Amino acid sequence: MSLTSTVADDAQVVTVNAQRIDAAMAIQFKEDMRSETEAGPQRVILDLSHVDFIDSSGLGAIVAAMKQLGKERKLDLAGLTPMVDKVFRLTRMDTVFNLYPTLQDALDPEQVEN
Amino acid sequence: MVETFACSFKATELEARRGIVSVVERLKGMGIPNTRVDEVQIALAEAVNNVVEHAYAETATGDVLIRCNLHPDRLWVEIRDAGVPFPESKLPEGKPAVVTANTPLEDLPEGGFGWFLIRELASDIQYQRNLDNNQLSLCFEIQLTS
Repeated sequence: MSLTSTVADDAQVVTVNAQRIDAAMAIQFKEDMRSETEAGPQRVILDLSHVDFIDSSGLGAIVAAMKQLGKERKLDLAGLTPMVDKVFRLTRMDTVFNLYPTLQDALDPEQVEN
Repeated sequence: MVETFACSFKATELEARRGIVSVVERLKGMGIPNTRVDEVQIALAEAVNNVVEHAYAETATGDVLIRCNLHPDRLWVEIRDAGVPFPESKLPEGKPAVVTANTPLEDLPEGGFGWFLIRELASDIQYQRNLDNNQLSLCFEIQLTS
């Protein structure tokens, strides 16, 4: 399992325990996200602080994970390392997700965007 | 002076990961700044993934050969494979997926970023189809730190 999760302050925090979300990992990640988030709070925060590389397959898998959640729930991203942040900005996917520098920022009520 | 190294691996997702990581380690050891190596890694990974997913999609899985030539001011990364040529022997355009905060959930793209990223990050791209292999070369401007 590439993921672990906890529930904190009305949000489910899913932590990625892998350094790379790449082509070799993307399908497993998508399946693991499906089982991790099958039921739970409306808001899911994906903690990416251990991930130091993502490629377009990994990016696609994160988009797929958000679609799996459906319209009533949302996926926020936290702890993006510089390399991961760069891929989101280059592809403009930073406009689709709320990005938080750290998990703590994502859980801070004063910083949460709707 | 030009510094050169090469490596090759079987075109599977796991071998590709190992190959990409080994190239990245070598580049960092050559004095290329880490943030620049990150950008090279993004483009290189997309190019290698394309080989794994497309060039060898319908033929026996062969090898990927990567050769790096580091010049004083630029890095050329050459990727070769013995798979099928690009359709019409032309590189994909890599049109950026147009997304905004208002794009409906179901319309968000789950792929198609690969060639966009390569074109965004490489300053020059050359492709030639040889008799039995594809030869793709990506150029990156480099300022060495040491």
